[in-house]
Amino acid sequence: MPGVSLRIDDNEVDASPGESVMQAAVRVGVKVPGLCQMDGVSVVGACRLCMVEVAGTPRPRPACATPVAEAMDVHTDTEQLREHRKVLLEMLFAEGQHVCAVCVANGACELQTLAAQVGVDHANFTPPPSRLTMDLSHPRFGYDPSRCVLCTRCVRACAEVEGAFTWGVAGRGREAHLVADLGRPWGEAESCTSCGKCVSVCPTGAMFEKGTSVGQRRVKRALVSTLTSRRERESAREVLK
Amino acid sequence: MSVAAGPGAAGATPDRAPVRPDDDPRAALLEKQLKKVRYRADALIEVLHAVQDIYGFLSPEVLHTVADELELPPSRVLGVATFYHLFSFEPRGEHTCTVCTGTACFVKGADALIEGVSEAFGVAKGETREDGKLSLLEARCIGSCGLAPVALLDAAVVAKTTPEALVAAIRKVGVNGEAVADDAADATAGSDEGGAA
Amino acid sequence: MSNGVDLFDLSQKEREAQAAYRRHVLCCGSTACLSGGAQATQDAIEAEIKERGLEQDVRVVATGCMGLCSRGPLVKVRTRGEDDVLYADVDADAGRRIVDEHVADGQPVADGQLSLQHPFFARQERVVLENMGEIDPNRIEEYIARGGYRALRDAVTTMTPAGVIEVVQRSGLRGRGGGGYPAGTKWGLLAKAQSDHKTVIANGDEGDPGAYMDRTVMEDDPHRVLEGMALAAYATGAKHGYIYVRAEYPVAVRRLEQAIRQAKRHKLLGKGLFGTEFEFNVEIRIGAGAFVCGEETALMASIMGQRGTPVLRPPYPTERGLWGEPSMINNVETLANVPTILRRGAEWFASIGTDTSRGTKVFALAGKLENTGLIEVPMGITLREIVEEIGGGVAGGKAFKAAQTGGPSGGCIPIKHIDTSMDYDSLLALGSIMGSGGLIVMDEDVAMPEVARFFMRFCMDESCGKCLPCRAGTFEMYELLDAICEGRATAANLARLETLCDVVRTDSLCGLGQTAPNPVLSTLHYFRDEYEARVVPDTVAAAVAADAGGASAHERSA
Ligand SMILES: Cc1cc2nc3c(=O)[nH]c(=O)nc-3n(C[C@H](O)[C@H](O)[C@H](O)COP(=O)(O)O)c2cc1C
Ligand code: FES
Repeated sequence: MPGVSLRIDDNEVDASPGESVMQAAVRVGVKVPGLCQMDGVSVVGACRLCMVEVAGTPRPRPACATPVAEAMDVHTDTEQLREHRKVLLEMLFAEGQHVCAVCVANGACELQTLAAQVGVDHANFTPPPSRLTMDLSHPRFGYDPSRCVLCTRCVRACAEVEGAFTWGVAGRGREAHLVADLGRPWGEAESCTSCGKCVSVCPTGAMFEKGTSVGQRRVKRALVSTLTSRRERESAREVLK
Repeated sequence: MSVAAGPGAAGATPDRAPVRPDDDPRAALLEKQLKKVRYRADALIEVLHAVQDIYGFLSPEVLHTVADELELPPSRVLGVATFYHLFSFEPRGEHTCTVCTGTACFVKGADALIEGVSEAFGVAKGETREDGKLSLLEARCIGSCGLAPVALLDAAVVAKTTPEALVAAIRKVGVNGEAVADDAADATAGSDEGGAA
Repeated sequence: MSNGVDLFDLSQKEREAQAAYRRHVLCCGSTACLSGGAQATQDAIEAEIKERGLEQDVRVVATGCMGLCSRGPLVKVRTRGEDDVLYADVDADAGRRIVDEHVADGQPVADGQLSLQHPFFARQERVVLENMGEIDPNRIEEYIARGGYRALRDAVTTMTPAGVIEVVQRSGLRGRGGGGYPAGTKWGLLAKAQSDHKTVIANGDEGDPGAYMDRTVMEDDPHRVLEGMALAAYATGAKHGYIYVRAEYPVAVRRLEQAIRQAKRHKLLGKGLFGTEFEFNVEIRIGAGAFVCGEETALMASIMGQRGTPVLRPPYPTERGLWGEPSMINNVETLANVPTILRRGAEWFASIGTDTSRGTKVFALAGKLENTGLIEVPMGITLREIVEEIGGGVAGGKAFKAAQTGGPSGGCIPIKHIDTSMDYDSLLALGSIMGSGGLIVMDEDVAMPEVARFFMRFCMDESCGKCLPCRAGTFEMYELLDAICEGRATAANLARLETLCDVVRTDSLCGLGQTAPNPVLSTLHYFRDEYEARVVPDTVAAAVAADAGGASAHERSA
């Protein structure tokens, strides 16, 4: 397949058709911020942190969901984009209760990293009522909705990779929140296989393994993509046998 | 909902009894609806409407049944049910007053209607009065903007209304003013003392 | 009955049957008049006619909306060879009097008459609403007698699909759902798509709170919607159609269901229509209370029984839509224009309106006016003509302050622009939009920041919650507007509000968030002084907040 060449922040990039701008950018060392995008599951383009400017389009576009095109001219770090990212992150902080000092993910939190990168310091929060109660009913895992950023990486990993469909989003607008099965405590969710994929991919400390203490949790964002690409590769080999 | 009343409590009203899908005639009605849509998962919203018509609200038990019958993950059923404002998870009052808060009605004083009803009957917006007599709800435009401000009292449209007129209309269908006073609730039940209020 | 000759027969028969009556009493049976007691009026009229033994001579019809909803119940008496006489505010007694004096004795009742020369009626031009108030929406015969389904028959039997698209394109018809996208172009995209499972979808979600154009068309002339859809299907190669109706419109659902049954019975829907290969079926889907489901990708998700959250475009529905197949969404009013365009020609249609906004627009005229109701006017009419002539001016002698169009996605037009032409481009230039047709007039008593707060609360409640800027941004903007309205916001809060408007508008995923700041931006633009007058110094704001128990919007802007 013939490749595509485009410019990302004044770097010449060769990409294959079907790749996203975000994927192509990584290869030339341009890291576009993002929370909801994760290799191995579907793209939703919901966090809007990865907005980039594409010459000739009226408004910024999400890099995760924009396919590369020949001669595209992309800017990922303009004044306006920086300013907007800052406001978006402030909104995220305002929606939850992100107190790093007491969080299992302290030091490994993607939100924390982004905040440092974009230059946001945070203090104020008014989480909606639906996101206030911690769920510790599962024998191995815990869920703290006030740290959830609604990236839905867990929902997609659970549905698309594990096939359990335990997690879902209920409510709407500001009242949107995660639910397990029919909204019962996680420990009572019959469909949960306790595989832990949701926990591995959570970008913050909203989902954690019990017994992890402050600052111990590590995000395994690559877990899911390793699984899916391995599955694809190995099943292809099966076919060839 | 009267959580306090235990299963054996004398005052428990029959329509507040827990939903039991198996030996309940309503289950048969639901079954009929499910057949009608041929158990298709994409008919979920229609089925939820049917559940609400049949049972008056969506209970976890019935949602479970729906998930099983349509072969949908329970998390998806709950996700859809909670997305749409028209679905209710609690029983509604005997009478419902729905005040339109669309733009036309807003401009013509819908807020005053809500306040008037809320004060006169002791029921908060979006809620059902403790005695289960009246629910006060909001709707975003019922399409009678030429007659703003409007409210729906049960199924009837009350057009070009005022707080006073709406309150009077609600009284007329048999809802007493103010929340039921504590002493009226116990003892000498049966007399229609409050009716004149 | 499978070909056009029968259609003609039916129409002939119906017209002869109607002509046998000397007088017709048309009673408005639309939702608005019914809520004003129209049923009692009609019952009284029918009883009185029976009593006097006039049934052979006089026909009573419950019609759709006659337009002037604020003066309902409306009754029109039509006599062969005479001008129609329209009566307003007709209660049961007045109804009986009309029968006694006018119907029986030929003496129109003096009081309660409304002149049909009144600008409310005379200034209108009816295309979409041409049958409104004229026919009984429950009877397909009446639709057919007024030329219904003829456009479909002629298109299917004498035109190519491309020919139909060409007419629609040439007419200049633009989408009436808000965006104003050229209908012919959209049809062309679906026609080009390769698939055996294309769908056309009529968008009857009518989410703008304060508007009821589509409701009226669906309730009072349901066959027009079906014919428009069938024409779209024929032109684009779709075999299946959906009408998505909001659950708040049960009458529309019932009438459409009935119309579908009737059309099937008369072989106007189904297989092998008009003796050709053409086949088309329509299903109704009902919403459940979600404004965002008017957005096309959310609407398709809802049809498939899912949460109504929008998805990223491209791919556009005409490439990948319902069930992954090419689909096309048109607004109900857009589709309702089509049968008439095909019957009367693209040139005729294009001669109405302005260069870039052809045809008419139906508005739900509401708010503080003397006359409120449903109107259809040629685009290019000025706002002043609508307000002062058709609307009869602001009620109670108050001063006009602004007109709001486009609902939660639109803006306010202040008095200084009252001479604006009502077309897509002029309204956009003024910071509002044509929208779907809500037109609400506000007088001097209405405070603009409160209007902005009203719409922001709507957007906040209706945000689907999927994308961050809309979910969190509408909430924060609402809080700030609330603080402004309640006198506890600072100048910094106002600045923050403007920043948020910019971010939410630019970065949101779908049209809901992208347009949610519009009511704020437009009122800020024209009525900034009202905002500034409510802003307080930091110290005052802090004191108010302390009184109210602490944390609130203004803390955040620091
Ligand atoms: C939040 C939102 C709500 C909408 N609501 C409606 C609606 O209620 N009715 C409608 O016809 N279009 C609505 N639209 C526009 C539709 O997405 C779509 O553009 C339209 O139905 C296309 O039809 P048209 O080209 O005939 O106008 C809405 C769009 C957005 C973003
Ligand atoms: S705004 Fe109340 S009926 Fe439309």
